[in-house]
Amino acid sequence: MNFAKFAEYFQFSFVWYALIVGTLISLCSSLLGVTLVLKRFSFIGDGLSHVAFGAMAVAGIVGLTNETYIVLPVTILCAILLLSTGTNAKIKGDAAVAMISVGALAIGYLLLNLFSTSGNLAGDVCATLFGSTAILTLTQFDMWLSIALSVVVVVVFIVFYNKIFAVTFDESFAKATGTKTNIYNLIIAIVIAVIIVLAMNLVGSLLISALVIFPALSAMRVFKSFKSVTICAACVSVGCSLLGILLSMAIEKGAPVGSMIVAVDIAVFGVFYAIGALKGVVKK
Amino acid sequence: MAQLTCKDLSCGYEQKAVVSNVNFSVNAGDYLCIVGENGSGKSTLVKTLLGLVKPIGGSIDTGDGLKRNEIGYLPQQTDVQRDFPASVWEVVISGCLAGSGFRPFYNKQEKDLARQNIEKMGLKGFEKRCYRELSGGQQQRVLLARALCATRKLLLLDEPVSGLDPKVTLEMYELIAKLNREDGVTIIMISHDINAALKYASHVLHVSHDVFFGTREEYLNSEYVKRFTVTGGEV
Repeated sequence: MNFAKFAEYFQFSFVWYALIVGTLISLCSSLLGVTLVLKRFSFIGDGLSHVAFGAMAVAGIVGLTNETYIVLPVTILCAILLLSTGTNAKIKGDAAVAMISVGALAIGYLLLNLFSTSGNLAGDVCATLFGSTAILTLTQFDMWLSIALSVVVVVVFIVFYNKIFAVTFDESFAKATGTKTNIYNLIIAIVIAVIIVLAMNLVGSLLISALVIFPALSAMRVFKSFKSVTICAACVSVGCSLLGILLSMAIEKGAPVGSMIVAVDIAVFGVFYAIGALKGVVKK
Repeated sequence: MAQLTCKDLSCGYEQKAVVSNVNFSVNAGDYLCIVGENGSGKSTLVKTLLGLVKPIGGSIDTGDGLKRNEIGYLPQQTDVQRDFPASVWEVVISGCLAGSGFRPFYNKQEKDLARQNIEKMGLKGFEKRCYRELSGGQQQRVLLARALCATRKLLLLDEPVSGLDPKVTLEMYELIAKLNREDGVTIIMISHDINAALKYASHVLHVSHDVFFGTREEYLNSEYVKRFTVTGGEV
């Protein structure tokens, strides 16, 4: 590794954009990770990201310059469909997610093949799915958009923190005692959709799930209350993403940023798992 | 006036009635036990009373100053809760949520209320403990404390002793009876433990293909009790 060259990277504004956007996205995605894992919606990140992929394909064909305008509404709509039905849906959690996920992926790929004018189709698909170097091609507009959306997500999360807890822990009780669970399910769905669209820029469709569930699962190994798990998940997520971005820059062969972040997440999960196991042994 | 009155209530899912012709009323301070075989529709009835499922026919009216959302609820444990990272404090205070409206955080009164109920349930010192690491009986007491944060008037308990050992079961029943006796909390309890029903309840609602409602004494002298207990009503 060449440290002089490494330091040189920081002269480029796109490196700073990547670091800032990366931090914000990992923060947002980890916040609702705990809720999603516990609601048995671990794979919703994957499902929705495929929806976003399908929407992107459509946007590309129609010729929209900024894909966010079509991707965001479509993803939010699907998130609402999946989550707002709560526990009374006819097609439950995992099956519904799988249907939407596979369906959107297939339709998106089909449309791309039928109508795309690009010469490098496989490359385009790969970039969308894995994120590849997308984070290093962020513009200043992307950065401001990410900042604005992240602020909204964090504020919404803090304001509705107690409601999110109640709806996740025991939806029936909350509803029976007069909490408007439908509204909060809707808010959670919208926030998740916004996060996933945001995160697609960073790690690509396929790796979003990792960003949502790994920090939450790591934190749940060690911490015992909802608050401490949430805070720990946020810290783990931000730390892993920063480390992942820096590492992928440091490796001269050019490691893909998204995969590197997830690799770091997996390593940290291993460490937390060990700590949790040790704690259990000590207690006994 | 009765706190809760059901008239010709039928409930079920998708227009298919599981239970029908349910008529009963509950007055303040009553202890109503809903008994019936597994699959007779007790849980559906509870969900309808709580407003989680829309009734197919008939009506549920509240009175005597009881609002529809003032029914405290002790649900059966769900899978989610078994591995949910939450402290006792977080679970109990979430019972205050409905009263807090759109205010994002809990105020001092709500925190005091949660503290009182934790103490009342004998859980002082457990506030920071993890809910999923408690014993079954302790978990039920946590959920009872949460229900008390939501209401002081009417508690609906869905199989509160399922999965508990005999000693803890007795403690749980005594705790519920004490709430009924000393704090005047109206109790509606679902149970398939007929002995407990007849020991503690003031009224019995028997849900089967037909429905019986009456006081404990009326129930003991009825046909239903014989049908339900193998021993023919000797308890």
